[in-house]
Amino acid sequence: MEKITIGAVITTPGSSLNYKTGSWRTMKPVLTPENCIFCNMCWQFCPDSAIEPADPREKKPIRIDYDYCKGCGICVQECLANKNPNLKDALEMVPEEK
Amino acid sequence: MASDELFVSGHRGCAGCGMATAVRMILQEAGPNTIVANATGCLEVMTTGYPETAWKVPWIHAAFENAAAVASGVDVALKKLGKREGVNILAFAGDGGTFDIGFQALSGMLERGHNITYVVFDNEAYMNTGIQRCSSTPPYASTTTSPAGKVIPGKQGRKKPIANIVAAHDIAYTATATIAYPADLKKKVKKALELNAQGKGPAFIHVFSPCPTGWRYPSEMTVELSRMAVETGIFVLWEQEGPDISNRKVSCPPKEKRKPVEEYFKLQGRFRHLLKMPDKIAEIQKEVDEKCAKLGF
Repeated sequence: MEKITIGAVITTPGSSLNYKTGSWRTMKPVLTPENCIFCNMCWQFCPDSAIEPADPREKKPIRIDYDYCKGCGICVQECLANKNPNLKDALEMVPEEK
Repeated sequence: MASDELFVSGHRGCAGCGMATAVRMILQEAGPNTIVANATGCLEVMTTGYPETAWKVPWIHAAFENAAAVASGVDVALKKLGKREGVNILAFAGDGGTFDIGFQALSGMLERGHNITYVVFDNEAYMNTGIQRCSSTPPYASTTTSPAGKVIPGKQGRKKPIANIVAAHDIAYTATATIAYPADLKKKVKKALELNAQGKGPAFIHVFSPCPTGWRYPSEMTVELSRMAVETGIFVLWEQEGPDISNRKVSCPPKEKRKPVEEYFKLQGRFRHLLKMPDKIAEIQKEVDEKCAKLGF
């Protein structure tokens, strides 16, 4: 077994990246990139830091990191394109396949 | 993940955790020159399963009751080392570690006047240990130690008004915030840390953090519940600089725009029994209306 450090000090910041929480999902958010309006609400509200923000200047849409996304669905619920009846939905929840 | 994220993926918070979102927002504002002292609770357990950590800022955990005492120690130690300037010190704790168990240490920190910002993440019960009632639990919420039964409809008694009690310590800054309003939350964090940096003394932010596991609602509704709590007047957003209560800036929806409290209750399993008890809903509605009227809304 690995030796425990004095005071259980963890010396590598951000090492929880070693632990992939994506396997927790039963449903997953899926992006239709051409419908993304670059508002970044999904990035702001994601509890798992699992969204790479959009770049409005480059017209680059958000990207979902499925290694860590737990499938909570907040991004789909809070997406401003989804909330606007005049715009096409950018994010939707679909069942996780095997 | 954004490349400058200070609270990274891989933590073991429940899907839809409101507190994880709040921590991200706070660290986005505080930046990398920040030290966090964290009480025992969900946040500590879910972010630091040895030998891993989700934090990219220096972080220390001691016990349930003493986040404020540990943060005070960090403050004094850095001063002694001549390294205090330019460093933000944050104390993070849940409602259990603040309203109940950590209250004495918090009161001491406020009285000694450390330049620290203390943030309480309030999910209104002891969620980490299995949803036990707390002095932060609102009236009639069903928890495992205040279950709604045939005779007693959930928690008896009121929610402790923690931010008022803290403000009564005559500190530099007291505020309430919640995740549905990120710009407001970040503005309050900025103000708190600025006052700390100016040596004006302690700041306190009460962050309302919905919890899908303990409140029993679908995980995607976390931000919506945070918003609904404000729109119904259940949770009032305010800030107060200095000890003078007349400086308190309150934002609350006016009566005609306020949603009925039932809209908030019906989204959550912990209040489901109330939907068959219109007298209890009317009682809470009256309390909320009186509270808002007293604040001038």
